[in-house]
Amino acid sequence: MEKVKHQIKVLAFGMVAERMQTATLELEGIPNTDVLKGYLYQQFPQLEDIRFSISVNRQVVTGNHAIPADAEIALLPPFSGG
Amino acid sequence: MNRFSRQIILPGFGGEAQMKLQAAKVLIIGAGGLGCPNILYLAAAGIGHICIVDGDNVSESNLNRQVIFGEAEIGINKAQAAAHYLKSKYSDIKIQYVPEFLTPDNVATFISPYDIVVDGTDNFTTRYLVNDACVLLGKPLVFAAIYQNEGQVAVFNATSGAVNYRDLYPEPPKENEIPNCSETGVLGVLPGIIGTMQAAETIKLITGYGKPLVDKMLYYNLLSHQTYEMALSKNPDAHRHIPKDLEELATRNYAALCDAEEAVSWKDALKGLEINPKNVLIDVREPHEMPRLTKWKHMNLPLSTSSIITPEIENAESIYLFCQTGIRSLRMARDLKKELSGKNIYSVIGGIESPDAPLN
Repeated sequence: MEKVKHQIKVLAFGMVAERMQTATLELEGIPNTDVLKGYLYQQFPQLEDIRFSISVNRQVVTGNHAIPADAEIALLPPFSGG
Repeated sequence: MNRFSRQIILPGFGGEAQMKLQAAKVLIIGAGGLGCPNILYLAAAGIGHICIVDGDNVSESNLNRQVIFGEAEIGINKAQAAAHYLKSKYSDIKIQYVPEFLTPDNVATFISPYDIVVDGTDNFTTRYLVNDACVLLGKPLVFAAIYQNEGQVAVFNATSGAVNYRDLYPEPPKENEIPNCSETGVLGVLPGIIGTMQAAETIKLITGYGKPLVDKMLYYNLLSHQTYEMALSKNPDAHRHIPKDLEELATRNYAALCDAEEAVSWKDALKGLEINPKNVLIDVREPHEMPRLTKWKHMNLPLSTSSIITPEIENAESIYLFCQTGIRSLRMARDLKKELSGKNIYSVIGGIESPDAPLN
């Protein structure tokens, strides 16, 4: 039987989406936020000098955090304008 | 019937909620794109005591979004103009204003008398300053910020142990700072919507009506009308970045967001300009940004124009760049360094909003 893939959905906001040139990604086999960051910096080196927080299933997480299958991840940059 | 009857008859709101609004003291920091809807709706709702803080003057390019102001207010202090407008509309609430920028040594004095702080500022320097002051003073902070077509709204520090801005972003962005409206543009309706959401959060927080975004953040996208709400968490890394007390806050240099080797004080910059008349001072702000520097000879080289290296710049040994708060000028100093090797290129800490800026 074929193994069920560990799929996740990534949503990007603000300047993160701008630099990735997309607001959504569908990824496979990403077990935690450190691996996710490594993947993003490799695919989108323009992200390296900007800051963003990460939420997993709509909960902001800190440090390295597990990403369950079918999770919805959001990449959340700060905004300063007013 | 009174001017609040339509909200008093709202099921679940009532006279008791109205009395809470009447008793509330709210400080609105920034009378810009976000500040204007906050000011208009909080005063209309009957917040008993409103104070508006802003050191900036109205400029023509503000008028697409800062809807309290019109052509007649260009050049007038924003806090003063907004307070004057509210006073002409309502006689039943107390309206005060402070025509000054917040600084580390005045922030506690301005915030202390109020129950709730509304952050309608437009730069990270002031946002971190306001956040830290609210944490140290135990004041709830109704936060909003915008970037191009998106906005963020959150309620920080509403209870003891609640989440604050540093839990989400422990330190200000260092290099390649996120540009602001002056550089990237904005449709006036975006701060209109986000500032109105922010005003709603303040009303909900004061009255207990509905569920305010306590320890939550809402993202909104104007182009798609999509919203995304998430729960915030305490960040173990956040606390050590907050000054331990108000005394430490007052002496911290919030404007120097990073320990940049390019950063210099106004005092050192002016000394450098006096010592060598060939050295140049450059304003990198857009032409509409106020106040303009008139007391010191300088050149204008807005970031939006492609940089032009003039003979004056070529001949200078040291080049001093300044902007509104010291952030954009730092970025430009780093860019210019790559183009002009062998020169000292500095960014003036705090920019024109620094209390040390030679405006008088």
